[in-house]
Amino acid sequence: MTELRYFAPRTLDEAIGAFAAGGSAARILAGGTDLLVQMRSGAVKPGLIVDIKKIAEMTAIEETADGGFRIGAAVTGAVLAEHPRFGKVWPGVLEAVNLIGSKQVQGRASAGGNLCNGSPAGDSVPAMIAAGAVVTVQGPNGRREMRVEEVPAGPGRTKLKPGEILLSFTLPPRPPGSGDAYLRMIPRTEMDIAVVGLGVGLTLKDGVCTAARVGLGAVAPTALLVEPAAQALIGSKLDDAALEKAAAACRAACRPIDDKRGTIVYRTKVAGVLLKRTARVAAERALQNRGN
Amino acid sequence: MAKLHVSTTINGEPMEFLCEPNDTMLDALRGPLGLTGSKEGCSSGDCGACSITLNERLVCSCLMLAAEAEGQDLGTIEGMAQGEKLHPLQQKFLEMAALQCGICTSGMLVASDALLRKNPRPSEEEVRFWLAGNLCRCTGYDKIVRAVLETAAEMREAAQ
Repeated sequence: MTELRYFAPRTLDEAIGAFAAGGSAARILAGGTDLLVQMRSGAVKPGLIVDIKKIAEMTAIEETADGGFRIGAAVTGAVLAEHPRFGKVWPGVLEAVNLIGSKQVQGRASAGGNLCNGSPAGDSVPAMIAAGAVVTVQGPNGRREMRVEEVPAGPGRTKLKPGEILLSFTLPPRPPGSGDAYLRMIPRTEMDIAVVGLGVGLTLKDGVCTAARVGLGAVAPTALLVEPAAQALIGSKLDDAALEKAAAACRAACRPIDDKRGTIVYRTKVAGVLLKRTARVAAERALQNRGN
Repeated sequence: MAKLHVSTTINGEPMEFLCEPNDTMLDALRGPLGLTGSKEGCSSGDCGACSITLNERLVCSCLMLAAEAEGQDLGTIEGMAQGEKLHPLQQKFLEMAALQCGICTSGMLVASDALLRKNPRPSEEEVRFWLAGNLCRCTGYDKIVRAVLETAAEMREAAQ
């Protein structure tokens, strides 16, 4: 049995040094709601655990000078929900993060962990994609930024390079008339894994959609940015024809598997249904945000 | 291999214990700390029987490493009653028979207490959503939900 070492550094430099030195046996610990389950099942046998929660940057929520938000990778769902402004500006991202697991899990789980765990069905990922969120990662060779949709590589895998640690999500400032939403299909009301998850972020001006992003989860090896769906919405008044065109684009983007949660046919159909529902919720929120 | 030495606060008392790096907080509570009120159900964060608070936030102690408790403030079921005096939730669970085998009960109580501290006036739906991470194989949940709602009402009255 490999000996396990636990390390909870206070600085990012220490964390990066230790994580890189630990090589493939090292794991980052944020909330632990995936890692500890994987360790218990024997799927993962780390030699080193680097707990990043004592690094201030990892647990901070900041409003950036331009009106955006920067969310540390280890910020928990419960902390994000208590932020006085975040849920007003990004209700869709918040509802997606808050759909991850139970209240107990919310006390620990983070959007950073949800993204790095690499599940195609992670709830926060399509919402972050729809929000146009950018992640900052840092490794032994320095810091870089990636769009959220560029991070997942496949089930359980990311495009982070060896030794790189996810630091934070940066969400852009919101123009007036913007709204976002996330809906997922599950067969019960709570505590389940998405059969399909879909996030929409959009901006309306005089009733016309001037910007849109669509993120789609649980229907392909990774969560997807669906550009053709966004293009179908942009320039429209979100009328039935435009929504159907965007729904068709979502169905076309699906490359799902048949499993116990849903069949290929079902997931594909639901992706279109969710696009229409989610876009309507995002549009209602956009109308309420005209004055800010 | 040397064990880790952890200094923490549990139910307001400073505590120290030794653990292995891969021990969970539940292992430490039920082992060296002798606080066996937190129960082990699934060990994967699904059942809530091991619910505790970490810096006043509800968490599963099976999904937390014991080493993470260093310098933190934990609350367990053992801290709920004041000596011989039961917490109103505990009293109401007894009166309304909101438990049968008892394995889920300490988790249910810790979770319900966390809810009422945050929201003294929850709706039935809010109680059911909040307790979705606490599984009970005996009661069918209804008695538990009613006990929480009734306790909330009585605590509000008492506070007036």
